[in-house]
Order: sequence, then structure tokens, then C-alpha cells
Amino acid sequence: MCATCGCGVAGVRVFGPGELGPGEPGPAGHDHGTDHDHDHEHGLDGRTVQIQQNILARNDRLAEDNRAWLTARGILAVNLMSSPGAGKTTLLERTAREAGAALGLSVIEGDQETTLDASRIEAAGCAVTQINTGAGCHLDASMVARGLSALNPRPGSVLVIENVGNLVCPALFDLGEAARVVLSSVTEGADKPIKYPQMFRSADLVLLTKVDLLPYVDFDTGRHARDLRLISPGARIMPVSATTGDGLPAWYAWLSERAR
Amino acid sequence: MHELAITEGVVQAVTERLPGTPIACVHLEIGVMSGVVADSVRFCFDLVTEGTTLEGARLDIIQPAARCRCRDCGAEFEPDGMIALCDCGSADVAVLAGQELRISSVEVV
Repeated sequence: MCATCGCGVAGVRVFGPGELGPGEPGPAGHDHGTDHDHDHEHGLDGRTVQIQQNILARNDRLAEDNRAWLTARGILAVNLMSSPGAGKTTLLERTAREAGAALGLSVIEGDQETTLDASRIEAAGCAVTQINTGAGCHLDASMVARGLSALNPRPGSVLVIENVGNLVCPALFDLGEAARVVLSSVTEGADKPIKYPQMFRSADLVLLTKVDLLPYVDFDTGRHARDLRLISPGARIMPVSATTGDGLPAWYAWLSERAR
Repeated sequence: MHELAITEGVVQAVTERLPGTPIACVHLEIGVMSGVVADSVRFCFDLVTEGTTLEGARLDIIQPAARCRCRDCGAEFEPDGMIALCDCGSADVAVLAGQELRISSVEVV
């Protein structure tokens, strides 16, 4: 594995609903199979072999499998991304308490280590599966496939996949989601969209979180909105506070609308 | 450091396509707007290929420049950095080139 930061895909663990120890994928899981759709080369007669394949082809293939599985069951899957500490889990706790039943919400949590977030979501009354990526810096489609097997979300429900807190790596990896939501908290500063364009470019919705703290921090909402329009002209910004509840009805309505 | 996963993807794709075939050189295209740092891939390559048929292989990366088309005025332009902004002021652009993340070919031993 990487000698600098140690990140890699080995050591991924999945904890299904109610499990405290490492879990095996649930019995109601779906099978992605192991076949692949290209021909192996035999009897090479030249020194150069054309490959012409997207490097992310394997992940993209598995993501399409996830997407087909989710779509067939009418499940809205949202890939929720942000830097660590922007308020993803706090937002989901309140969402679970206030709108969890109406949305049929379930959650896949992604973190390098611990089941802390899954415990918080479970305490909020929501079905949850925790994926620990080991040293990995993002969720990928195969991890989510295992998460789906363990969680087995109900048909017609809303599934939020809380990615590993990171504004760089998760942007590249399709998980099979229908929508990408990126959190940008007022405590991080207004320059995040322009500093992390790859992440914000892919966002369908940007939740500006912790807006109850605006009177206490130096955050230029105009600049944030202007910069975001440069990166992603189509992305909608929704200001919310999971502490006061401000703006949350619009977030619940967005989920409900997308789930239809 | 998603470049590690990216580099592992390269090794996996090549070994799946050419099982058991020693590889002398891998040619990649990593566009300047792909979100992947070519130098980091180079850094990871030796570690990731250790013990595989790609061990000791040369890594050749070309980095296609970015090219965009403005959806508002139709102009084609080369953006400056990761923020693609047309001279007309519009940010509503289609990326035509620069997002490549591709294994072009390999040379076998």
C-alpha cells in the first residue's frame, strides 16, 4: 500500500444494521457476479497491445450495477459528500428524526474507522450500515455494493450514502447514486468551491450548513454563491442549520421530490 | 490520495486483459482536468506493481490539455486551470478534452 499515507482498499469492513462487530454481507444481498465483458488476448503477435480502456472502468461498471439495482426498486440514492466536520452526520440525525419515517430513510455510513456515526444514526431511529474503509480515502462502488447487501434498503425508500469526509477523492468515484449533494459549512470559509472545483462541479445540490453561526464567523455568502456559479452553474444552494432547523423543510422537500 | 486506487485500477485492468504476460511499458492518458495528479500516479506505480506482471515496467503518461466549448456563445477555448470560464463570462461550458483517464496501450516484453 501507499508508503506515504497508507491508503488502500485492503481491510474494508462492513457493519450491517444492529451489528457491533465486523459483518458479512446480508442474506438478501444482490450478486454482481465476477464476469467481465472484454476478451482476453491470446497469441500476442506484436509488442504493443491497444487497451483503450477508462482507468475507472471497473468502478464505473460496478456503479452501474448498483444504479440498476436501486432503480429497479425505486430507491433514491444520494451520495453525500463534504470535508470532515461539515455536519453530514448531524444533518442526517435530524433528518432521520424529523423526516425519516416519511422518506423511508436508511443510511450507509463511510468512515476510515469506528462505528460512531452508525451508532448516532441508529439512535436517531434509522436503519444504517457502516463501512470502514481502513486507510482508504473514499467509498467506491464495490464497497457500496457490500453495504447495499448488508442494509437491504426497502423498495421506494430514500438511501443516503455518507461518504468519507474528504473534498478531493470521493469526487471521482461513481457509487451508482442518482444525485450528489455536497455540504459546505460556514465555518470552513467561502472559498471551498473554488479551491475544490472537482467536487463542487459534480454537485446537484450544495447545502450551506451551520448558517446559525453566520453572525459569528467571517463568511461571505455572496462570494460563495458567485464562486459556485463559476464552477457549477446548475447547482442549487440551500442554506440550512441542523441545530436550529432553519432551511431543513426545503431539504426534506428536495429529497421527497427526487424520490418520486 | 485517490491516485493509489487509480494506479491499482491500471494494474488490475492490464493483468485482467493480459494475464501472465510480462509488461515492459504502460501508456496512460491523464487529462489536466481529470482530477488525477500524474506525478502521484508515478509515485504509486512502483509500489503497486511490485510482485505483478507489471513490475519494473516503464510508465509513460501523456496529459492532454483542456478544451471547452461555451454553451452560451459557442466559442471553443482552452481554460486556464480547473475553472472553465469563457471570455463572454459564461461558466456554462462543455468539456471537450482534458478529462481523459485512460489506459491507451501496453508494450509486452
